[in-house]
Amino acid sequence: MSSDLQDLYQEVVLEHGKRPRNFREVEGANRRADGYNPLCGDQLTVTLRMDGDVIKDVGFVGQGCAISRASASLMTGAVKEMSRADAERLFERVHKLVTEGPEGVDMEALGKLAVLSGVNEFPSRVKCASLAWHALRAALEGKESSVSTE
Amino acid sequence: MSGAPFDVARVRADFPILHQEVRGRPLVYLDSAATTQKPQAVIDALVRYYTHDNANVHRGVHALSERSTQAYEGARERVRRFINARDTKEIIFVRGCTEAINLVAQTFGRTRVGPGDEVLITAMEHHSDIVPWQMLCQQVGATLRMLPVDERGDLRLEQLEPMLTERTRLLAVTHVSNALGTVNPVRDIVKRAHAKGVPVLVDGAQALAHFRVDVQDLDCDFYAFSGHKMFGPTGIGVLYGKASVLEPMPPWQGGGDMILSVTMEKTVYNRLPYRFEAGTPDISGAIGLAAAMDYLDAVGLDAISAHDQELLEYGTRALEGVPGLRLFSRARERSGVLSFLMEDVHAHDVGTILDREGVAIRAGHHCAQPLLSCFGVAATVRASLALYNTHEDIDALVRGLHKVREVFA
Repeated sequence: MSSDLQDLYQEVVLEHGKRPRNFREVEGANRRADGYNPLCGDQLTVTLRMDGDVIKDVGFVGQGCAISRASASLMTGAVKEMSRADAERLFERVHKLVTEGPEGVDMEALGKLAVLSGVNEFPSRVKCASLAWHALRAALEGKESSVSTE
Repeated sequence: MSGAPFDVARVRADFPILHQEVRGRPLVYLDSAATTQKPQAVIDALVRYYTHDNANVHRGVHALSERSTQAYEGARERVRRFINARDTKEIIFVRGCTEAINLVAQTFGRTRVGPGDEVLITAMEHHSDIVPWQMLCQQVGATLRMLPVDERGDLRLEQLEPMLTERTRLLAVTHVSNALGTVNPVRDIVKRAHAKGVPVLVDGAQALAHFRVDVQDLDCDFYAFSGHKMFGPTGIGVLYGKASVLEPMPPWQGGGDMILSVTMEKTVYNRLPYRFEAGTPDISGAIGLAAAMDYLDAVGLDAISAHDQELLEYGTRALEGVPGLRLFSRARERSGVLSFLMEDVHAHDVGTILDREGVAIRAGHHCAQPLLSCFGVAATVRASLALYNTHEDIDALVRGLHKVREVFA
């Protein structure tokens, strides 16, 4: 396998793509948003239970490719118990990572999400990796409508 | 038309773009249903036009304008001959198949479809043969109905007659499904619709690269297609309409060339086909499309069809040998498309890995979401074929799919 393919489909990505964590609707959710990628028709829904400003629980359901499922799965693990402001900061970091690459991104602050660094080499897959994150941000903003990656 | 036997190596030599490496591998182009590559003859026609003849049409008294007008109207006659229309006034140049359908919806549709009426389409249509009708139905208060497909990807034609009601004002049907490759029995469908007095529009976008189309034999009222899906340039397409159907239709876009005279009080519209060609047309596009038709006839459409069918059979056998692969292209009659999914692997992931192997396919809903939802999927992998594809291309696709299995083991 070519090295950039290896970077894209890292072990962790494949594993989360196959067995995504928090692949469920959050019980007692008080925020939700849909993410839709018109390029491929993939659709997912992120649900949150907020306690004040803190994300107490987060989950996602829907269909998508390995990249979008892995990114959503890793996201749910990362933002649980996070404040809204921290989650939004993380959104910015991940977005920069997948659109511009690892340069200038605090990789340590990203933790496990650093495995998404290979996406940058695949412009046609950036939308897959960012779909769940756009939905998360819309849910945090309390928007009820569907967000699109366009 | 053609004397020499079909020689795919010679055909490939006519397409300069095919001879390149992508990501360190020889390019394997299996995305011709999205757009076909262009033979040197088409590229040369565009260069020749802009190098020697470029001027606006139908206006000038000078030599260049006469030459460009002659070439543009010559292209119209070339199209007429290619699809065997009765008259060049039945050939309207548009931007593409999408524009052709919108033109019909907004002219024929706006005058012939009213509140409570019905427009019948099929579940197999491309979004470009769904959305213009949805828009029309919303505008006039009509109902859009959809003829379903069966599990093999054929139209449920036993339901055609019951769905053609006394309120049906038009039937729009694709000749070839872009997502599955199903070839619909359009001639028979037109006959049955006409028996109930319903005019028919045929979306021919995926047909003309693969087989001969004779609009008089089909007896359809409209036939729409794009140049770029039949080896011509992007930006040019054709709406064929029977003169008797086009004649009473109101104009669509207003502008130059579609008028005979304009005063502040009154505009007199031009005759067919110019009434539907407002503004300076895509002159070079029409000339390039004519060159593509010359090329297809020189190679021979019978030979091209035979090659397509042979490749489809080879490809079907090869794909059926890939473990965990589900093939969707299973209609009675097919052309040019192999649509499939691999177990537990999303189409996009397949597409990315194939791309790294130099194999270009399409992954997604192929602008046919209603059709894919009939099969309970949101996306498929689509390998689409053209006259320049070979067994080696299919072999490279299958090797790539084994690679996908490795990655997702």
